[in-house]
Amino acid sequence: MTLAPSTEERWLALIARIRSRDQEAFAELFRHFAPRVKGMLMKAGSDAATAEECAQEVMATVWNKAAQFDPARASLATWIYTIARNRRIDMARRAARPEPEDLPWGPEAEPDQADALAFQQESRALADAVRRLPDPQRKLVEQAYFGEMSHTEIAEVTGLPLGTIKSRIRLALDRLRREMTRP
Amino acid sequence: MTHDVTHTLPDELLLAYGTGALPEVFDLVVATHVSLCDDSRARLESFDAVGGALLEDTAPMAMDEGSLAACMARISDSPAAAQRPARRPGIFPEPLRKAVGGDLDKVAWRPIGMGARQAILQDTRGASVRLLSIPPGAAMPDHGHRGLELTLVLQGAFEDEFGTYRRGDVEIADEEIDHMPRVLGDETCICLAATSDRLRFHSLLPRLAQPFLRI
Repeated sequence: MTLAPSTEERWLALIARIRSRDQEAFAELFRHFAPRVKGMLMKAGSDAATAEECAQEVMATVWNKAAQFDPARASLATWIYTIARNRRIDMARRAARPEPEDLPWGPEAEPDQADALAFQQESRALADAVRRLPDPQRKLVEQAYFGEMSHTEIAEVTGLPLGTIKSRIRLALDRLRREMTRP
Repeated sequence: MTHDVTHTLPDELLLAYGTGALPEVFDLVVATHVSLCDDSRARLESFDAVGGALLEDTAPMAMDEGSLAACMARISDSPAAAQRPARRPGIFPEPLRKAVGGDLDKVAWRPIGMGARQAILQDTRGASVRLLSIPPGAAMPDHGHRGLELTLVLQGAFEDEFGTYRRGDVEIADEEIDHMPRVLGDETCICLAATSDRLRFHSLLPRLAQPFLRI
């Protein structure tokens, strides 16, 4: 009996194809995420034209940096969110914000598939928890993340179940460090 | 390489950096610390996961007609995927290297007395980021702070009444803290320090600092 691949497995397969420069896979990703990036930027206060232009740039960055996506540390949605977030901050400041050093997987090494899948399932569980937040709370979290800064309620975010995700990222980083120091 | 950091950044500051809410002056210290501390990086990236969940659940706004085609045109001229970046020698992680324009040998030091030196990287209305170089055996005069101060060690070590700080460690101080850091060991201590302007961030900082400074 063969099981149908999960949503997570399908996303991982899609990004793998994009890494090998598959434009059809990219088009599929674009159709799903570009309108959401545009929606996110408009919630952050962008006008439609700016959000449109910016969403295109974000998706082009996804294509260019596909090799740097690490499925043992982020979901595809999270990775795309960070690209859009960085773009939003850089635009607001008219300068590139200092970002932590990249720790990507090179083309010759891949993260463990089981780790990646376990991480993706954990991300799914978090996404469900975010979805279940009562409306007012969810609005506050959205304001904090999408640019309408609200410091007083930032504690709401830290109430989410992030422990497992954090430990998994930490393990993935340890593995990555070992890989990077290998001669 | 990153496993002996004992003084990490608290969740509140990492979250504020992650969402872009942190006063700009601290961004370089946070980005450099996160490059050296995998515990802080894991916490920062776990906060990003919330952003990813929100993005996934955001109501899509239709893209313009021809948008995909325009993006395809854009990507088809772009070069192939980046390779794994080479590790460079030196003590500055990438974000700091970028800000300085190189490693330690590119820093424009100015003497500030008693063998200590500094290089101001950014100074905007009292909010500043600077590199400090303090020789072995030296102690900074007892001092207080305007606003919040983050001090990240890049080389050597110092201690004060709150602990011992080595490469990757960050000390967090504010108006309530007076201390006299003293260089430990026989290596020159090099730090990256950012100080906010108290007036501008008056209401925000005590709030951010409260949970971990217990003020």
